[in-house]
Amino acid sequence: MSTLSVDHLLGIKYLTKEDIDLIFETADHFKEVINRSIKKVPTLRDITIANIFFENSTRTKLSFELAEKRLSADVINFSASQSSVKKGETLIDTVNNILSMKVDMVVMRHPNPGAGIFLSKHVDASIVNAGDGAHEHPTQALLDSYSIRERLGNVAGKNVVIVGDILHSRVALSNIFALQLQGANVKVCGPKTLLPKYIESLGVGVETNLKSALQWCDVANMLRVQNERLDVSYFPTTREYTQQYGLNKKLLQELDREIVVMHPGPINRGVEITSDVADSGQSIILEQVENGVAIRMAVIYLLASKIK
Amino acid sequence: MSQRILLSAKEIDIILHRLACQLQENHLDFTDTVLIGIQPRGIFLAERLAKMLREDYRIKNVKLGSLDITFYRDDFRRGEKTLQANKTKIDFLVEDKKVVFVDDVLYTGRSIRAALTAIQSFGRPQEIELLTLIDRRFSRHLPIQPNYKGRQVDAINNERVNVMWKENDGEDAVYIVEKV
Repeated sequence: MSTLSVDHLLGIKYLTKEDIDLIFETADHFKEVINRSIKKVPTLRDITIANIFFENSTRTKLSFELAEKRLSADVINFSASQSSVKKGETLIDTVNNILSMKVDMVVMRHPNPGAGIFLSKHVDASIVNAGDGAHEHPTQALLDSYSIRERLGNVAGKNVVIVGDILHSRVALSNIFALQLQGANVKVCGPKTLLPKYIESLGVGVETNLKSALQWCDVANMLRVQNERLDVSYFPTTREYTQQYGLNKKLLQELDREIVVMHPGPINRGVEITSDVADSGQSIILEQVENGVAIRMAVIYLLASKIK
Repeated sequence: MSQRILLSAKEIDIILHRLACQLQENHLDFTDTVLIGIQPRGIFLAERLAKMLREDYRIKNVKLGSLDITFYRDDFRRGEKTLQANKTKIDFLVEDKKVVFVDDVLYTGRSIRAALTAIQSFGRPQEIELLTLIDRRFSRHLPIQPNYKGRQVDAINNERVNVMWKENDGEDAVYIVEKV
């Protein structure tokens, strides 16, 4: 198979294992491209992409923009904070206005879960979900799996623990879908208050003790404490969270083998992860960022090839 | 679908030796020259020529790379399927070098047009030449001609030229296949 089974990337839930393999294989080629002295290919010269961000983002937006520009697409950027959304315009009106400028693809981040799915049903453009509320963040999950595959050779059969705020995390949900689709074993670990009630129904193990979780895993994906999303107090103090769920050198040294440490960023140094761990050889945080561009190039390339 | 043989293994071998000699005549010890096989089928010919130059003609310093042109093609989104890329491997500098593109069949010239753009991502060569085993000379869409050619073929458009290599297809042969 050499074509994606979907016309939009709305979530990992809608992808097949073959789709993920194709995205990874394509990303391998783009990784080679972005390591050349001229990191740009002319493939998407005739495609216009709108990056519509209704929620703050620096890294994801930069990564998408770089991916689009390296494919030679024309790019327009739209931030809700400086826009007519503030004046009461609806999502469909906003997007339709942008599409009138002959845009072929929309990369959208939105605070509401399902915004991408809603949009894909109402507008005639390819939609890429760059994060919808606490629902999914598919490109992040893809680049996480891709980075695991790169470091460990394979995702299948690996034990991966996702640590931290699972309740508010779109990264966690997309990662669970992506890892399971590729045959990895997944556990989540965090304070009970930050674990969704029915999380076990997704087939993941639940752990509240970081030490035991680390003993079990090959990969620890440390999530950021999203203070901006914590509407009530889910744990007594940040200090207490760090004591129980923060990853430090001592915890890693107690293990009988070396595990891989990941973080989707931005890092709260000293909170969910200490600086010496984040900057150690076990951490693949910077590889994740580099792979993010290659994965996004692959996704955009494969979706653009389906635009008629 | 019917097919007839255009070149046998023996004829291919003779042609390869002639092409290797022509390359040596123009590039001497290959100090400033690099061979680039165009993916996917040009690499078999390029590897064969490089091996011949090293072993039969005692040229020590033959640099060989492979170039994929998928992302530089002009027919993206024109076909039914997504264009799938192959591996590019150029682990030497092409800046100021004499580059010889090697491909099995020169047909419309569009692949070579794409390769000319693609190679610029790796530097600015001093000059670029083209070597091809089969030159379908009346099928060109672009003003591109080979510097070295194995055999010229006047095949018509409903005919395809299939180049087979022992390493990949089990035999050395060139067939003309007529599509019905």
